[in-house]
Amino acid sequence: MPVLLFLPLAAVLLLSALGVVLNRHPVRSAMCLVATLFLLAVFFIFLDAEFVAALQIIVYAGAIMVVFLFVIMLLNLEHDDSERRRISWQATAIGSAGLFALGLLYIVKKTGTLMPGPGMDATPAADFGSLQVVALRLFTAYLLPFEITGLLMLAAVVGAVVLAKKKIA
Amino acid sequence: MDSTLVIDIAISAVLALAVTLNALQLAGLLGWVERKASALIQDRIGANRAAIFGFAGAGLVNTLMADPLKFLTKEDVIPRGADRLLHTIAPCLAVFPALVTFAVIPFGDVLVIAGKEINLQVAPLNIGILYVLAMVSLGVYGVVLGGWASNNRWSLLGGIRGSAQMISYELAMGLALVAMIMTYGTVDLQAMCRAQGGTILGFIPNWGIFHQPLAFIIFMIAGIAESKRVPFDLPESESELVCGYFTEYSGTKHLMFFMTDFIEVVIVASLATVLFFGGWQVPFLERDGFHFGETIIALPQILVAVLGILSYTVKSMFFCWLQIMTRWTLPRFRYDQLMRLGWIGLLPLGFLNAIVTAAVILAFGSH
Repeated sequence: MPVLLFLPLAAVLLLSALGVVLNRHPVRSAMCLVATLFLLAVFFIFLDAEFVAALQIIVYAGAIMVVFLFVIMLLNLEHDDSERRRISWQATAIGSAGLFALGLLYIVKKTGTLMPGPGMDATPAADFGSLQVVALRLFTAYLLPFEITGLLMLAAVVGAVVLAKKKIA
Repeated sequence: MDSTLVIDIAISAVLALAVTLNALQLAGLLGWVERKASALIQDRIGANRAAIFGFAGAGLVNTLMADPLKFLTKEDVIPRGADRLLHTIAPCLAVFPALVTFAVIPFGDVLVIAGKEINLQVAPLNIGILYVLAMVSLGVYGVVLGGWASNNRWSLLGGIRGSAQMISYELAMGLALVAMIMTYGTVDLQAMCRAQGGTILGFIPNWGIFHQPLAFIIFMIAGIAESKRVPFDLPESESELVCGYFTEYSGTKHLMFFMTDFIEVVIVASLATVLFFGGWQVPFLERDGFHFGETIIALPQILVAVLGILSYTVKSMFFCWLQIMTRWTLPRFRYDQLMRLGWIGLLPLGFLNAIVTAAVILAFGSH
């Protein structure tokens, strides 16, 4: 991916990711998250993973985030200005950031670098990330996890219907 | 820079510009067709007020000159208490996904100019139709944000109705497309068009509609629901919600929402053409000319390409017309009817169609 494209796109991606956390308004936060997910899909395209990019947009940006927005609007959430919860939020944020930094330190200590190791800069196969390749792997090597995930989702859907309906006729 | 690279970039730019302008132009023309057709259907005279020196051009002056001028010069009003930023972004978010969808829709086979083969499709992505689904799913944001950012109850109701409706019908549409992907064994729309060449039994064109009639019906209904037109216009429904999610929009922004509707009509029509009616295929026409059994009428390549583009255009215009006819013929659904049709009608039918298609392919092993 050319640096000239990478840098501005990465900058916008980081800005929108920050926007998710820093915006006080839930709808604006949600829209920033949509932008973040969309830009991530763009990066997937540059990494030759077009199918993953399509899924990223269809599933996350196009379906899950719409439901998020839908709920935010239905509940009509307003600005969250409560001060008392801020301290615990800060503690959580600092804690998770610290854990992440520790993890990075461990990697640097073990490998001596943050750059990709040998073999990671190899050019992928011509059909890498294409729909056919992903589908073949999914339905041969990873068939069992795939089916189990399907079953889990079905259980979740049935559960949601049971919870949402007061009386099932 | 390499000269072939420059030529490639130039070709892509010309294709992209041509397709975008074509979409916008068709959308504008549809504005005229819709007003005149509604007048014809309802036995009125229709848009004929504006005229230049007495020349009204069957409403063309009114719909293609007076109306856009009025929209462009009107004051842009943002209601008090509205989210100014999101209010402005919403119409852009509505137009953008609709316009970029045309990137993967092929409008012709190949055009050979000076020995160079040009594939008449802007972006031959290997995800093909998934790209269409992705862009369609992004189209919801314009509606939802437009409704929410206006600080108006009618708008909000319209936005919420719109989001629920579009999510519901996306599923049925996706399932209809799944059946088509299985039939053709590819997701690339250009490859799908090529697969529809030739004939069945020697006289029926080998089009998708003859393999998947049910998928076509599901796709068409879901497509009309996705573009939020009558009988599925509940997000707008003038008689209940003033103008739905774009009640508080004026001037250019209103025009953008308006255009999005028509662009979506063109998208549904082009997709129906490409998936079910052979796209640019002309019956009996192959790359070197017409083939009637043993007799071959040879044609120059450029004429074949033009015939293909013409065939695509005529077919997609027919489906635009069909959608406008539908709009002015049927009354609006009630909301519970809309949801019932989507979830209890189309969705199980889509599943059934996909499963039967898979079973047939498994049993007979051919596409």
